[in-house]
Amino acid sequence: MNTTVVNTGTEGKTWGGGKDPLNASYGKMMMWFFIVSDALTFSGFLAAYGFSRFKFIDSWPIADEVFTHVPFMHGQDLPMIYVAFMTFILIMSSVTMVLAVDAGHHLNKQKVSIYMFLTIIGGIVFVGSQAWEWNTFIKGEYGAVQTRSGNLLQFVDAEGHRVAISDFAIAEHSTRAQHEKKNGIWFTSEGTLPAYSVNEVVKGMEANENVLVRTELLNAEGQKTVLSRAESLRQLKSNGQLVVQGANLQVNEYGKPIFADFFFFITGFHGFHVLSGIILNIIIFFNVVVGTYERRKSYEMVEKVGLYWHFVDLVWVFVFTFFYLV
Amino acid sequence: MSAHADTHVHDDDHGHHHEPTFITKYIFSTDHKMISKQYLITGVFMGIIGILMSIMFRMQIAWPEEPNVLFEALLGKWAPDGVMDADIYLALVTIHGTIMVFFVLTAGLSGTFSNLLIPLQIGARDMASGFLNMVSYWLFFVSCIIMIFSLFVEAGPAAAGWTIYPPLSALPMASSGSGMGMTLWLVSMAIFIASQLIGGLNYVVTVLNLRTKGMSMTRLPLTIWAFFVTAIIGLVSFPVLLSAALLLIMDRSFGTSFFLSDIFIQGEVLHYQGGSPVLFEHLFWFLGHPEVYIVILPAMGLVSEIMAANSRKPIFGYRAMIASILAIAFLSTIVWGHHMFVSGMNPFLGSVFTFTTLLIAIPSAVKAFNWITTIWKGNIQMNTAMLFSIGFVSTFITGGLTGIILGDSALDINVHDTYFVIAHFHLVMGISALYGMFAGVYHWYPKMFGRMMNKNLGYIHFWVTAVCAYGVFFPMHFIGMAGLPRRYYTNSNFPLFDDLADVNKVITIFAIVGGIFQIVFLYNFFISIFYGKKATANPWRSTTLEWTTPVEHIHGNWPGELPVVYRWAYDYSKPGHDVDFVPQNIPLKEGEEELQH
Repeated sequence: MNTTVVNTGTEGKTWGGGKDPLNASYGKMMMWFFIVSDALTFSGFLAAYGFSRFKFIDSWPIADEVFTHVPFMHGQDLPMIYVAFMTFILIMSSVTMVLAVDAGHHLNKQKVSIYMFLTIIGGIVFVGSQAWEWNTFIKGEYGAVQTRSGNLLQFVDAEGHRVAISDFAIAEHSTRAQHEKKNGIWFTSEGTLPAYSVNEVVKGMEANENVLVRTELLNAEGQKTVLSRAESLRQLKSNGQLVVQGANLQVNEYGKPIFADFFFFITGFHGFHVLSGIILNIIIFFNVVVGTYERRKSYEMVEKVGLYWHFVDLVWVFVFTFFYLV
Repeated sequence: MSAHADTHVHDDDHGHHHEPTFITKYIFSTDHKMISKQYLITGVFMGIIGILMSIMFRMQIAWPEEPNVLFEALLGKWAPDGVMDADIYLALVTIHGTIMVFFVLTAGLSGTFSNLLIPLQIGARDMASGFLNMVSYWLFFVSCIIMIFSLFVEAGPAAAGWTIYPPLSALPMASSGSGMGMTLWLVSMAIFIASQLIGGLNYVVTVLNLRTKGMSMTRLPLTIWAFFVTAIIGLVSFPVLLSAALLLIMDRSFGTSFFLSDIFIQGEVLHYQGGSPVLFEHLFWFLGHPEVYIVILPAMGLVSEIMAANSRKPIFGYRAMIASILAIAFLSTIVWGHHMFVSGMNPFLGSVFTFTTLLIAIPSAVKAFNWITTIWKGNIQMNTAMLFSIGFVSTFITGGLTGIILGDSALDINVHDTYFVIAHFHLVMGISALYGMFAGVYHWYPKMFGRMMNKNLGYIHFWVTAVCAYGVFFPMHFIGMAGLPRRYYTNSNFPLFDDLADVNKVITIFAIVGGIFQIVFLYNFFISIFYGKKATANPWRSTTLEWTTPVEHIHGNWPGELPVVYRWAYDYSKPGHDVDFVPQNIPLKEGEEELQH
């Protein structure tokens, strides 16, 4: 049959078949749908985070008091400075990615290589910063005491400034050895022993007149409640169970353990995405440099990894908002 | 990945392919027709395991704690002296559900027919990415292997129910099935999700980008609409199961407390605090409910196609059918809470979910009425595929009606977690989707294997299956209303349920007979591959494009140019034509109007 004469009735229609209706190749469409799917995974995590946070709406940690660390500025209280830097770097890497895609449209190999390279650098700085932040949290700063019911007691001085446990606790000589496999002592499971025992903290507190206990509960002004001296000692003595230093998946000196669980898991999952993005970018960068796409006369692969990279950045905006800002 | 190369290569480079070796043709094939057969045969194999398990636990329910040679032979140490152990009962229920829902009715059904029909019915040479299609199948295969492997671990397979609620699934020491079996379950499902994701991406972009000239969205057969929307639902809901599974793995292995709080086991206080098992239920059912539509929509698409062809009538309400598929897809994502009416969710939220759930009755009823109106006064061809399609409509209506009861929180609370629920979902999605799958296999068998299945064996298969399916699930409504809870190893400890013992025996006998008669299908299926009657190019005198391809499969589907489409997919018994069907690639006659466009 002669197809040129007979009319299919769909000529000129966008969705009439025989062409890409959205002017996007199937590979690009796949990336878009993958992004939709991956976005739902992150939504699952963020919804779970919201669900859990609302359970503890009266005692959730205050972000400004948690994220105060900046490299080389040890001991200074600089809320949000470093995460703002990280976010800026990541967003700038999105900008360089856009420039790389644009240069690709003009088949300008040299510019594509430069901008791809800058994007990779931005990604590496971001992941490195995240690693540093994780390290800071795992080490911890002030330490806290966990009560038998799982609440947290932190320590402040009379002006409300945080006080580190190591600054006032009175160390005793301990006969208790850390149980380790090499000791040959049978044990079920035990984390590393905290540097101080609750007893030592109590002793230290009794000796230091101006140390007070601060609970997790938020008062009417949105600040954590500071107990009176008498109440502080009573709480610590009757309920204190474990000295917590730093944050990990089981204990957390900054607030609820579930806060640390979600923080490590979601930023970790996002960081894993950034890392895969960097690896993809490096592969594509390599292909650009050896001229694969120049021969193909199409830099569409740069566009595809670009889509992924922008998506990863966009996810960070949400993670940043829900963990650091609100 | 050479994105541009492979779509265009087929057009001009045809016939220059290297002769495929055994491995590239039958094992690591990138041809959608072969991958479809791989999916089907893997699905059938998993189905045999799933059905066998259901027969075993039905025997336990009917004759509780009585020795049985079958148990002794198949369960080994789990059936000391032939008496089934309670732990393995729970494991059998769990793995039966998992296998049937995910491996048979999701991957087996969608994987087989989306792969076979999407390229053939839209007029494409192959899937958008044949390579990813192959990866998708082999990931599915690996997940099947791991799931089967989990049956053989020392402490037994996962036993927390197919919904794997924590804490049973989150604490390795909680029960015997919570250990290695559960870990393997999660690993298997994670790989399964990856397989579904890759497969789904392929289906969606193939439908969007690779339709042949003239194949507009409103000329697509309803099968394609169903597969397309199913793939989208899968892309939206499976990732949330992935979220839940990853958090669960963290709880199991890394000591986080996402789903756990204040737990004592054997007098020991565990450190978990602050989590919530209800959170898991929310995440799980956000997948879990769309999942039942992932199971049923492809069956609906297949049935629509088969009913129109075998009634020799256009499908009634083509656009209403599309609209109802879309409506079901949308509603499926906002109803998950109706699985959680007794989980401690806010009762007000329950009423919201009741409302959204009952809305689904509207598009479902539209579809049911449209099928009935399609066969109304049709020239009905009673072949096996048509019988199974009619059976599908029957079980879908029966199961759907009890859905109205279960969707209403006030009524649901009375029958929650009883056999009433079992009856409902087995009829509305289990049996219905299986019927859709059987109908699809009987109808498209000539396209898959170039031969016909035996009709008489098909009749035997259908009638015995139909009687047995109702024989199994219809009485369950009554024992459910009498209060018999699901997932109980034995009911003999409760004098209240003594009266129901005989009903349970009847159900089990139907289950055994129905299960055994599936051998007729298996025999028919495997023998016909080699000895069936040779098929003609268009044995059902159907209008869609897959029947314009040669009977012998060729790479690229059509020997010459791709067909061009001039009309919708349902020109059956159109006035002014000599034959009672006009294939989509026949141009309109002078002055002929297109029926629907």
